[in-house]
Amino acid sequence: MSILVGYAPVLPEILLAVGAMALLMLGAFGPDNEKSGEQITWLALLLIVAAAALIVLQPPKTEQLFEGAFVVDRFSRFIKLLVLLGSAGALLLSVDYLKKKRLMKFEYAVLVLLSTVGMMMMVSANDLIALYLGLELQSMALYVLASMQRENLRSSEAGLKYFVLGALASGMLLYGASLIYGFTGSTSFPVIAGVAQAHDAAQNVGLIVGLVFLLVGLAFKVSAVPFHMWTPDVYEGAPTPVTAFFASAPKIAAMALLMRSLGVAFPGLEPQWLQIIWFVAIASMLLGSFAAIGQTNIKRLMAYSSIGHVGFALVGLAAGTHEGAQAVLIYLVIYIVMTLGTFACILSMRRGDEMIEEIDQLSGLAQTNLPMAFTLGMLMFSLAGIPPLAGFFAKLYVFSAAVQAGLFPLAVIGVLASVVGAYYYIRIVLIMFVKDPEEKFAPVSGKLGFVMAASLVFIFVFATPFVGGLIVDAAGAAAKSLRF
Amino acid sequence: MTLIAFFFYVFAVLCIASAAMVIIARNPVHAVLFLILAFFNAAGLFVLLGAEFLAMLLVIVYVGAVAVLFLFVVMMLDVDFAELKAGFIKNAPVGAVVGGIVLVELALLFIVHGFDLGTAGKLQAATPPIESGIANTEALGRLIYTKYVYFFQASGLILLVAMIGAIVLTLRHKEGVKRQSIAAQVARNPATAVEVVKVPSGSAIVPSSQGQNS
Repeated sequence: MSILVGYAPVLPEILLAVGAMALLMLGAFGPDNEKSGEQITWLALLLIVAAAALIVLQPPKTEQLFEGAFVVDRFSRFIKLLVLLGSAGALLLSVDYLKKKRLMKFEYAVLVLLSTVGMMMMVSANDLIALYLGLELQSMALYVLASMQRENLRSSEAGLKYFVLGALASGMLLYGASLIYGFTGSTSFPVIAGVAQAHDAAQNVGLIVGLVFLLVGLAFKVSAVPFHMWTPDVYEGAPTPVTAFFASAPKIAAMALLMRSLGVAFPGLEPQWLQIIWFVAIASMLLGSFAAIGQTNIKRLMAYSSIGHVGFALVGLAAGTHEGAQAVLIYLVIYIVMTLGTFACILSMRRGDEMIEEIDQLSGLAQTNLPMAFTLGMLMFSLAGIPPLAGFFAKLYVFSAAVQAGLFPLAVIGVLASVVGAYYYIRIVLIMFVKDPEEKFAPVSGKLGFVMAASLVFIFVFATPFVGGLIVDAAGAAAKSLRF
Repeated sequence: MTLIAFFFYVFAVLCIASAAMVIIARNPVHAVLFLILAFFNAAGLFVLLGAEFLAMLLVIVYVGAVAVLFLFVVMMLDVDFAELKAGFIKNAPVGAVVGGIVLVELALLFIVHGFDLGTAGKLQAATPPIESGIANTEALGRLIYTKYVYFFQASGLILLVAMIGAIVLTLRHKEGVKRQSIAAQVARNPATAVEVVKVPSGSAIVPSSQGQNS
């Protein structure tokens, strides 16, 4: 019995993994129809809520399991709750779409659950092998989800492209991990940190080469420039609810992995990795802003938007301070809520059974469906970072952390990039409110309306001291457990 | 000692030569066969190093499963290798430039720092000592179910996802296909399987019930 109590910190992961397998059996041996697929999706949602409850109920202390490979601390709990929020939101968004497109299969929910387990393992990874296994579990499920719509050529292409490039990134990451292991003699983050700190940079050249390759692999997973090429194609080709999932939970988990591996394993090489993060942050912000201008497909636009947002979040990491790490966490909270809300709007762009993805078709939405136009408009303003919406505070915290760390060029470039970004976000608002109306969209379903309303409320109430303060404090406490 | 050195060179030379032949061979089936030869020689090198478990794995997993699968794929699928090669040659310069840059960078590091690239070699103590009197198969077995049980289970989950993925992406439920139902076959008895029909002379037999013989 005492052995079981020792495993209490991994209980949320065990619950999700065992639950996913139970649902798999239920789906495989139960009746094979759409209704059972939908029921299993709801059960999966219930499992996610239960896992989140278990995480909230965990005692607030740092615990290590499996010889230090798995660590549960404030940081991991904070990010895991965000990841679960993203997964639950993506599942909620997918029910109607999957029914319409006749894709309602029980495997969908099972794969989302297993991918979520992978993300939670990434967040808690304190060892190179744990890092890789979590990443691979997460990615493997995502490859399948991207090509779920197998009759659709674009969906299959998206899955294949993601798979091939993901395998390349995994190869880079493993090469880096093997170099790091070779030069330190351990895969455990704290041991690597000890070795890296015991010698100065000139003696650690091999380790730095390994670190660079590791960063390449992780940058691919957060889709930061110059490893972003897969993002627009995959986002456009994958079924829309899957795109919503891609843009939310996996990004959060990969950012968390980046923060923990750099903060815990490589504090001794900080000057080296800071340069890389600076470059990646600047390039992502600029490319995300400029490349999005010419887009006509809203899913592609969201892909470039997510690249830009990753750049902004990385500015906080580039500061390399406690405030910076806290700002990244705040940014991730706001980003995930805005993303889920925006995708709820995109999924509501439907006429009959046909999904609309062209931005021009939003024309005059304010006259045909004012609540939806208002929600999407506010989300766009928030993504652009206009006060007093939540997106403004996200950028404010990140840039003020950068300024406090003395990174004025980075902050200036960030502000300029967000001005350029504001152009294409506000263009959508103009199209909706000024232009002549197009044909009406189908009525918004209850589930999508719920997600939209929730995210709309969130971006408004974040400015209030209570909600904002709560999140800022939680993010600060979480960042502290990362040695930042 | 010289015997070991002799076998090392035999295995190493054969391994490199057959690896080169994998790329050079025109016939893809020959390429796969050379790949199998390369695996066997690498297994031999592992045995020389005292890692008999890895040698076993290499023969069982790579030769027994992976290479045979390759062989099946090469023989079953009609892959146009000439076309693949044309695509390869078209993109080769780009790849060569990128690869060349990385190679030059790594070479520069080596020129500047020589073999002293960091802490390698100073950390022998970091690897746990191998208990004497235990074969490495047993040592690995002890580790994998104790220290590395988390990694072991996580790998299991990854394989499960791969399996689900293969089924989701390829399984098609065709309508109107007659499948064997063993339960129905076993449940048959003479009373349900045989039907005695009175046939009036001069008319055809019309079965009264369908689906009995499914």
